[in-house]
Amino acid sequence: MKKDNGTLNRRDVLKRGLWGAAGLSLYGVAGSARVVGAAEKPKGKAQSVIQIWMWGGPSHLDTFDPKPAAGYDYCGPFDKPIDTNVAGIQIGQMLPLLAQQADKYSIIRSMTHGNNGHETASYIVQTGHEPGRQVFPCMGAVASLFKGYDHGYKGLVPPYVVLTRPQGRFSESGFLGDKYKPFATGGDPNREPFAVEGIIAQGISDRRQESRRKLLEDLDTLGEAMPDHPQFEQFDRSEQKAFDMMFGQARSLFDLKQEKDETRQRYGRTTFGQSCLTARRLVEHGVPYITINYGGWDTHKQHFEAMRRKLPEMDQGMSALLDDLSQRGLLETTIVWWGGEFGRTPKILWESPWNGGRNHFGKCFCSVVAGGGFKGGCVVGSSDETGSEPATRPVYPQDLLRSMYTLLGIDPDGPLPNGRGLDVKVMPKAASGSGMLTEIM
Amino acid sequence: MIIRGYRDSLLFVGFLCVCCLFASGADSSSTNPFEISSPDTGFNVVDKFVLSGLQKEQIRPAGLCSDAVFLRRVYLDVTGAMPEAEEVRRFLENPRQDKRVTLINRLLAESAYADYRTLKWCDLLRVKAEFPINLWPNTVQAYHRWIYDAMKDKMPYDQFVRQLLTSSGSNFRTPPVNFYRAVQGREPAAIASAVALTFLGERMDQWPADRREGFAAFFSRIGYKDTAEWKEEIVYFKPSETPLTAMFPDGKRVTIPADQDPREVFAGWLLAADNPRLSRAIVNRVWSWLMGRGLIHEPDDIRSDNPAVYPELLDTLAGELVKAKYDINHIYGLILKSRTYQQSSIPRSDPARAEAKFACYPVRRLEAETLIDALCRITGTRESYSSPIPEPFTFIPEDQRSIELADGSISSSFLELFGRPPRDTGLESERNNATTETQRMHLLNSSHIQNKIQNSWKLRALVTAQRNNRPALIDSFYLMILSRYPTQKERETAMAYLKSDPMAGSQDLAWALVNSKEFLYRH
Repeated sequence: MKKDNGTLNRRDVLKRGLWGAAGLSLYGVAGSARVVGAAEKPKGKAQSVIQIWMWGGPSHLDTFDPKPAAGYDYCGPFDKPIDTNVAGIQIGQMLPLLAQQADKYSIIRSMTHGNNGHETASYIVQTGHEPGRQVFPCMGAVASLFKGYDHGYKGLVPPYVVLTRPQGRFSESGFLGDKYKPFATGGDPNREPFAVEGIIAQGISDRRQESRRKLLEDLDTLGEAMPDHPQFEQFDRSEQKAFDMMFGQARSLFDLKQEKDETRQRYGRTTFGQSCLTARRLVEHGVPYITINYGGWDTHKQHFEAMRRKLPEMDQGMSALLDDLSQRGLLETTIVWWGGEFGRTPKILWESPWNGGRNHFGKCFCSVVAGGGFKGGCVVGSSDETGSEPATRPVYPQDLLRSMYTLLGIDPDGPLPNGRGLDVKVMPKAASGSGMLTEIM
Repeated sequence: MIIRGYRDSLLFVGFLCVCCLFASGADSSSTNPFEISSPDTGFNVVDKFVLSGLQKEQIRPAGLCSDAVFLRRVYLDVTGAMPEAEEVRRFLENPRQDKRVTLINRLLAESAYADYRTLKWCDLLRVKAEFPINLWPNTVQAYHRWIYDAMKDKMPYDQFVRQLLTSSGSNFRTPPVNFYRAVQGREPAAIASAVALTFLGERMDQWPADRREGFAAFFSRIGYKDTAEWKEEIVYFKPSETPLTAMFPDGKRVTIPADQDPREVFAGWLLAADNPRLSRAIVNRVWSWLMGRGLIHEPDDIRSDNPAVYPELLDTLAGELVKAKYDINHIYGLILKSRTYQQSSIPRSDPARAEAKFACYPVRRLEAETLIDALCRITGTRESYSSPIPEPFTFIPEDQRSIELADGSISSSFLELFGRPPRDTGLESERNNATTETQRMHLLNSSHIQNKIQNSWKLRALVTAQRNNRPALIDSFYLMILSRYPTQKERETAMAYLKSDPMAGSQDLAWALVNSKEFLYRH
């Protein structure tokens, strides 16, 4: 269980009787639900996942799979990869801070699924299933089913949180239904205040919140006429929980002013950097699944200009996150998963209208995993000399998901309960063997 | 593509008359604004069965609902919308004894009634462009339009069913053929299961195996073929060399000649005058739409071991439907005009038991579409609806009510948060009207709702126009949001609240009222 690190205080908790309950049941998870079935499977170590979702598809060559020998038509200006703190592993030259954290993560350089459409590729990578008649839930929804409210999660924010915008073009919860959809915060953690949708209202003072809540209570004429009605009791419970989130601990969870200025600087004063910091705070609270929906990687045109702008902020935020989690002893129980729906074409399109662009590329790309039972400092698989195909050990999205589920204590071959009477398993059957990344588990 | 615009009914906007401020408040005979005392005597044939059943069980029925409650309730149940403030004033001032009946008759003739029933049928028929139902967007528009026209033109229910079951032709030009395309599987068993669910209210997986198989045979000679036109598909009867043996849902076998469309044979059985299954299933559905639960509950889980609460009432309503030549409005009228429907929602005994026996009108949360349309109308603001698949994205004119959206693929995050059905299975239970904390958070504290209230020209205009008459302002808010006048106590509470800052105070009043149980629930 996470410890009280002293950063959460109740200064802002309004003390009126009804919402006082907010402060008591803090720090989340009451007994982590172990759902693993078969005894021979690796034990679940991980409590939480932070998914850094590189929406749009980041270039594998410019990040974690540099190919300096492939020449200018493949590397463009980024032809000087750098050494990391693990002998023998080099990564892209725009990631110097992440190079110093390489002992904490493993790079999978032979990811493949072959699909070049955003929607379908996102579906395959995040659900582990090929498209078919049934819309499967993504990993966050499955985690919120197995590790959320149904299994004793008592956190004050929903068990599956997206920072900050929902993904769109993608049904996270599939046939599991709305109950397992993520809570998207909205707002911007790099602004004051971080206007978390529904939790922190902009322009409404605490005093006004309090007085209008009193007004709402005073005008509850129908509720007073039917005091013990089960429907209204449910309504009152929901409202109580909502107010707990608005005025209780949940609000301070998103209050980044409680962090030292130095810490905030270390993550970078960018939306992504402060999202990483928020994710760490949510992990401390016991939230099982957090997606940082990090857009801007769909760089068909003027790719290198975009990389020069974006890679430094990614480098800073993600490296600070790994370092901070590790220093706090949280990395052992937290999986950090970096990756997008595909990579980008290794060969650069110099001609107009791309002017140095890279297109969608599902045949070969990278993912990075750290913590929660994954070893660090390893490379899984490899791509060919230009990063155009997996050369050794092809890894399919379902292999990666099976591994992560197992580390979370969710049996990938177990049934996936659903309200629709469907007889389905969490993951499709492994093509061969365990279908897992056992070399780094 | 056919996209119908906002069809506001005859009601007119404007808050001109502020007469009778205090005089026409809540019904004087009661301590709350929701009920009026009345003897427990029935209004029509519906009540005969309900009241005698309640007497046997020694359950006391609830009192009669007040005029204001009735007006709001019947508007919501028939049109899916709330009455305008002006309509409320007029109705409450109307001294005529028969004003409830007059109102029912009027609403059953309005186009908003057709809109709302179209929404329900589109849920049941799975009208949706994409995944896992794949009708395709322009087919959805054609199908939706056909359903809407059937509702508006009062197509008798037997004809509606016959067309859905037996049509052949193009998905674009003969819209009812889409019944056989809006299914998750096209194998005979999957189609049969959709037919049983939709028209018989039965779940085929409860049937014995031989009957499932025999029934599926009726749908084993449906052909589908493409044409030269993009996404056009012809649904047709594909004759075979051999006769076909099939089994009706009642277990009787039939042999169908090779050149006869088995769908016709099934429709003949289903629509026979002496077969009560179809009429029982639909009157039970209508009852559940109006009364919150079916006489047989769930309304699409009819089985011999799931009896009706009042079996004779169900049979009587089914008989009435056939007598009225399958005019569904007749059943709506019978139910709406009953005392049972016009009961207060405040039970006089244990609420769960009272609701199960219809000893009160059951409270239930407004569905997603009704709720967002009401919020838009109260504040004078708009919403945007879109579908991300297929590209290019589909966008809908912003003044369209969500009730009129044809396509289950066209949505908004609000509609999803509040349990709009995905239209995958056609089960009534797909619509989720449970209240959750994220919904409460959204209504209480989201920028979406806050902006609607803060930026509302309508609320602002009311505050400005009535800045020197606070009681009138408070009345207007109550009439507009809760469809009634405030009680004395509510008026005093609101007056005190508006004292310091009338503009912010009025926004908070609107916020409190749209967050009240009374607003968020049918009651």
